[in-house]
Amino acid sequence: MNKENTTTLWHGTLKEYIVGFVLSLLLTLIAYFIVKEHLLKGLLLFSTLGGLGVVQAVIQVFLFLHLGKESKPKWGVVVFLFMLMVLIIIVGGSLWIMQSLDSRLMR
Amino acid sequence: MTQPLLSTHEVDTYHKTTLGFWVYLMTDCVLFSALFATYAVLHQNTFGGPTSQQIYDLSLALAETMVLLISSFMCGLAMLMASRHEKNRALVLLGVTFLLGLSFLTMELHEFTHLVQEGNSWRRSAFLSSYFTLVGTHGLHITCGLVWMGVVIGQIFFRGFTPHTFRRMSCLSLFWHFLDVIWIFIFTVVYLMGAK
Repeated sequence: MNKENTTTLWHGTLKEYIVGFVLSLLLTLIAYFIVKEHLLKGLLLFSTLGGLGVVQAVIQVFLFLHLGKESKPKWGVVVFLFMLMVLIIIVGGSLWIMQSLDSRLMR
Repeated sequence: MTQPLLSTHEVDTYHKTTLGFWVYLMTDCVLFSALFATYAVLHQNTFGGPTSQQIYDLSLALAETMVLLISSFMCGLAMLMASRHEKNRALVLLGVTFLLGLSFLTMELHEFTHLVQEGNSWRRSAFLSSYFTLVGTHGLHITCGLVWMGVVIGQIFFRGFTPHTFRRMSCLSLFWHFLDVIWIFIFTVVYLMGAK
């Protein structure tokens, strides 16, 4: 019989939560001070902030949401990757189309 | 503490429910991505109204971020206690999560009323419409999460940890962590990139 208790159902550990929390805190504060102290400008500023945000999101997805910890077959990961694809098409596609329209219409 | 073993059926239900809930969260993510795309396209269309640099309060946004992050962390700890069936600790941590979530919502509503009172409501410009829709949708999710959390706290208080209450709390914690991940992007894209 495949009997389990709830400790084996939930994948989180104390260490994971603490590491995830401290890293998220640091990344948020770094991003905040970059903006507050005007350390960077233009494209460099936007890509740095975007990068810091994505890193923090990845940390939380793995350490708080425990993506990929389930037993095989990993349907959670499959759905996640599909969502990423749709997300990139929606956000990237919208920005691309609207920017191109903008440059054609406004001189 | 000794824990009751779950039957194969209960374990099966747990995995199916959490996977189903995960699929819902991913579709929610697609909803937010559409709102982010709208905001990114419209954020400079101010129609003579205020720009993002003039109305954002960065320190308030940082405070909101911190409160929500700590709330998410507390929810994780509560889940850890729940998996060990430590009822009282789990309830206390869930209570702290709830209060932090409530203060986050209060700060956000304070920000919204402040903007509306100054005449910068969602009617003012395309930029403000997209801002209120994006941040407001997140706020609505937080509100639903708080109501749900209240129900789960009540169930655990009265019934203790059964396979049912544990499963519901797992879904709730997924939801809460997910909302924090969405907020990272709101903080970055809306507040940090829109500040001076």
